[in-house]
Amino acid sequence: MISAVEQGLIFALLALGVFLTYRILNVPDLTVDGSFTTGGGTAAIMIFNGLDPYLATVCGFVAGCLAGAVTGLLHTKLKIDALLASILTMIGLYSINLRIMWGPNISLNLRPDPDNPGTSLKITHVFTGLQDAGLLYSWQMVGILSVVVAVAVAALVWFLSTNFGLAIQATGDNPGMALANGVSTDWTKMVTLMLSNGLVGLAGALYVQFNGAADIQMGIGMILVGLASVIVGNAILGTRFMVLATLGTVVGSLLYRLIIFWALTWEFQFGDFTFTTSPGDMKLISAVLVVLALVISHVVSKRGLSLSPWRDRKPPEPDSAPEGVAQEVANA
Amino acid sequence: MLELKGISKTFFPNTVNERRALKDVSLSLPEGDFVTVIGSNGAGKSTLLNIIAGSLPIDSGGGSVVIAGKDVTKLPDYRRASLISRVFQDPQAGTSPHLTIEQNMSLALTRGQHRGLGPGIGKARRDYFRKELTVLGLGLEDRLRTRVGMLSGGQRQALSLLMAAFTHPKILLLDEHTAALDPQRAELVTTLTEKVVGEQGLTALMVTHNMSQALRVGNRLVMMHEGQIILDLDEEQKRYTSVADLMDQFAQVKGQLSDRTLLT
Repeated sequence: MISAVEQGLIFALLALGVFLTYRILNVPDLTVDGSFTTGGGTAAIMIFNGLDPYLATVCGFVAGCLAGAVTGLLHTKLKIDALLASILTMIGLYSINLRIMWGPNISLNLRPDPDNPGTSLKITHVFTGLQDAGLLYSWQMVGILSVVVAVAVAALVWFLSTNFGLAIQATGDNPGMALANGVSTDWTKMVTLMLSNGLVGLAGALYVQFNGAADIQMGIGMILVGLASVIVGNAILGTRFMVLATLGTVVGSLLYRLIIFWALTWEFQFGDFTFTTSPGDMKLISAVLVVLALVISHVVSKRGLSLSPWRDRKPPEPDSAPEGVAQEVANA
Repeated sequence: MLELKGISKTFFPNTVNERRALKDVSLSLPEGDFVTVIGSNGAGKSTLLNIIAGSLPIDSGGGSVVIAGKDVTKLPDYRRASLISRVFQDPQAGTSPHLTIEQNMSLALTRGQHRGLGPGIGKARRDYFRKELTVLGLGLEDRLRTRVGMLSGGQRQALSLLMAAFTHPKILLLDEHTAALDPQRAELVTTLTEKVVGEQGLTALMVTHNMSQALRVGNRLVMMHEGQIILDLDEEQKRYTSVADLMDQFAQVKGQLSDRTLLT
């Protein structure tokens, strides 16, 4: 249970990245499936080779940014459709990731000691201290991760409220208007894709250290995890204010992990046959969850309802002429 | 303020669909000119506006667009934005629906400037926006944090106009900006247009399908037909021209052209 909350917090960083592309830029960016492993793999290989784990984590972020930059360049400079560009990057990254990781997986437990052949050294990563104290699955760990996520949320909310952040929001909302107001939409898209995949890479870097291993397959389906979190979270808290939209994404990520955690305890009895869910069923459950979230949020918004108490309230009569109009016309 | 020289624009060149939208058009607007542009569909009015704004490149081989002494022929639209503002026909086009009124105005305020990490909305800006919005008389000054998507078409178009004008652009382009509104709203937006252009002495180009509006508004009228300017009336001439005169002129030109077509 605590493990699910901790994973929810780590994947909240990924979900915030997906929020940037899916909600703000209005583009489903599948680069995520590749850049999660790129970030995680980069951090893992650096840690495995004895480099500073904090530096490795930062490099995971940077590696994610670079992956996002590739998608950005394909889309803005080579004019490839954004979705297709992200698929191309995702596929290409699989090979890159194998090169980065020097193989399909890395275990972050022991490594050969370069000075004393035949013996091994214990690998230290950012969670080693907590792990040794037996606190890897504890509320202390939840607290630390919460602080990390809170900083990311605050930074994102601030960033999107700056002059440049508003330009990014307009780029996704109405690109024609953004261009007419002097926004280089190519540049805003580039920056957003980089930042988004940077967050995804950071999530990957933290995940491999939490998990104690990196695997070439670990990124598969991550875009669904992100989308599920964003859609579920936004359906609950709404998108009226940026703080709620980003916090909702975090809440969505937590809920997603808890639902998966709960789904994996299912047991069905068919006569003599007992069916139990296994971790392999996770992808299917994720896909079904996204479908449900989309359908529910669609139905809710179509009925003009909202689960969120903070929402746009229709002005009394938006299309009736306010007094000002009548006056202006009379004055004319 | 605006110098167009020898502008040609061909769509789908070297194909069966080739269409010459503008043929060697030249137009000069001194500062403070408010020109209305009329013409039938396909006359090249919108193409002309798109070329001035930089949304479309001109045909290679001569031709230049000079705004306030600066040759902008090769600059893309977003790099001309410091000189030009635009109001589109579609009320949805000029504003960002999911952003609030104040956020939209902030984007307009920083049009064409470097956008850094300074706050998009501050107290000073908010006060300024509120003051500017009272000009519209629509009560929007009390709804700064309303999302623009919640406004009616007329309100959005009035806001677009304000956003385009309050930064004192060198050129204001109005592309049939009242065409999608009901008569009452269209009247309001036209009144506001005359007010902001007049008060700030803006140089403006307004495309319209409404001939009486074209005669009533502004101090100069240009008629286009098949990619060329066929009539250019100054303030004096405009005053003594009626809609009927314009229609006559129009029929005449059309007749001439078809005769010529027959002879060739």
